[in-house]
Amino acid sequence: MNAETSSKSGADWRDQIFDVLQSHDIKQVYHVPDAGHSRLIEHCQKSNSIRTVPLTTEEEGIALAAGAWLGGQRSVLLMQSSGVGNTINLMGLTKTLRFPFLTLITMRGDYGEFNSWQYPMGQGTPKVLEAMGVLLYSVDKADEVKATVDAAARAAFNGGQSVAVLLRQKLIGIKDFGKK
Amino acid sequence: MSKATLQRRPLVKKVLEGADDNLLVIAGLGSSNWDITEAGDRPLNMPLWGAMGAPVGMALGLAMSQPKKRVLVITGDGDMLMSLGSLATVATQQPDNLAIVVLDNEKFGETGNQATHTSPRNNGPTESGAGTDLSLIAKGCGIADAGIVREAGEVAQLVKDARTRKGPVFRVVKVMVEKLEFVMPPQDGAHLKDRFRQALLGHA
Repeated sequence: MNAETSSKSGADWRDQIFDVLQSHDIKQVYHVPDAGHSRLIEHCQKSNSIRTVPLTTEEEGIALAAGAWLGGQRSVLLMQSSGVGNTINLMGLTKTLRFPFLTLITMRGDYGEFNSWQYPMGQGTPKVLEAMGVLLYSVDKADEVKATVDAAARAAFNGGQSVAVLLRQKLIGIKDFGKK
Repeated sequence: MSKATLQRRPLVKKVLEGADDNLLVIAGLGSSNWDITEAGDRPLNMPLWGAMGAPVGMALGLAMSQPKKRVLVITGDGDMLMSLGSLATVATQQPDNLAIVVLDNEKFGETGNQATHTSPRNNGPTESGAGTDLSLIAKGCGIADAGIVREAGEVAQLVKDARTRKGPVFRVVKVMVEKLEFVMPPQDGAHLKDRFRQALLGHA
């Protein structure tokens, strides 16, 4: 199936996110490997209109997003809650430069998590993002994903805000990890 | 290794000489910021006052969004050491319009000239580093065109490489430790961003 057209009628929220990113003219997508985002990442990698960049650490994504905006392009950072701590220092850049910033975060350590190592950063994620002035949009129902990501993109790119969408573990589901 | 003889300010001035609308410059915090500002503050300079470790990532995002412009990073060894992984990320994209020049004085200059990891090993109790070779790291990350500049006779070629050579280009320049005047650009980040976009895109 062609990634550019695959998801127009699809009901899967991961496909819908791709559509929303396209509709907001996102040109650069940054990510670290992430099971929760893997299907979306593949959509982006196969797209002709989006440049997909793998990062060595999540904080690179903030710098890349700032540079993309300087050059007139919109971007999004895809990450897992376990990587949010890596971004916090540079997250200050979004405030200092006042540039639009959008990140989509798949949550771990959140709802029925089996891995105790995921809990500290998962539970800390909303608090540390709030501390850095990032707006939080949380979603745990599949049928609300599209509208939520769309609203977040509007707040970022029209409203000039730094916005994080938390894709809650209740939505993602533990069983889906490792699958597409 | 012999002591560095190159002076950063005249060198940066040469690298930026005749900068036109085709040249987009990002400078790391501290000395590199003051260096590019002494060469002449301009809207298409993005001098950072913080965000240590960010210049290479910013330059990559910028280079991808403006493939027809030349993007040049000028930063220091301390800043570069903080984001070595970003060199691997650059290598995944191989931007042909990006050059990175690292002014390596082997010191954290802004905080009192403490030795960085690029200082030689066994160099006394306070001056020892690891002899870290940033150009080898860049090469190892997948930036094939990486090298070190040490001599005045190599500067003309450095200027060409920084300005026009097919990227990604990575150059370490060994520079002297000097106490220099602060030459400061505007500090407000939103202003720096807006004036950059205004000059580049015609709107903030």
